[in-house]
Amino acid sequence: MIAPEFFYAAVIVMIGAFLALLRVFFGPSVPDRVVGVDTLNTLIVAGMVLLGAAYDRTIYIDIAIVYALLSYVGTLTIAKYLQGGLR
Amino acid sequence: MIEWLIGTFLVVGVFFNLLASVGILRFPDVYTRIHAATKCTTFGTIFIVLATVTYSIYNYWIQRDPAWVTIGIHSALVVIFLVLTNPVGAHALGRAARKSGIRPYGAVIDELEGRL
Repeated sequence: MIAPEFFYAAVIVMIGAFLALLRVFFGPSVPDRVVGVDTLNTLIVAGMVLLGAAYDRTIYIDIAIVYALLSYVGTLTIAKYLQGGLR
Repeated sequence: MIEWLIGTFLVVGVFFNLLASVGILRFPDVYTRIHAATKCTTFGTIFIVLATVTYSIYNYWIQRDPAWVTIGIHSALVVIFLVLTNPVGAHALGRAARKSGIRPYGAVIDELEGRL
């Protein structure tokens, strides 16, 4: 491990991701769960950037770029489905 | 000196990301949860990437290794894409929630009442 402060920040961000996962489990309606998943996506992107800086790997940050764009497409697809199809 | 700058950026970013998680657990309905989650995670991730970019610039200044330039530029690309796409996703999600019939909790006035 090269930079321990980035690693500990990634651990705290993953604790926040676990709290967002509680909203996915206990959400009373479907859009509540989708909000939980959206928050989880952004926190995982932040955690990947932190781990890429901690372990000095560029490939983790490239994966974070791809994950950010694909999670956006996934959120838009679920929102399109929730509002009643392709209108 | 530069370690204190990186530490301050990391603490601010991690604090706002945790605040988003607490916000989506504590707020009463889906619109206030979107309000808490989107803005707090975007702001916190901006500061986390700022810490990473500062760290890579500092290491490039010491070691002269071009791999640190790659890490800095790709982290900046992460935050550019995230700032461009995250509010649009939140807007689509709130609009979809309102169109699927969820009323705002304790709303005094609802501008979209008869227009959906």
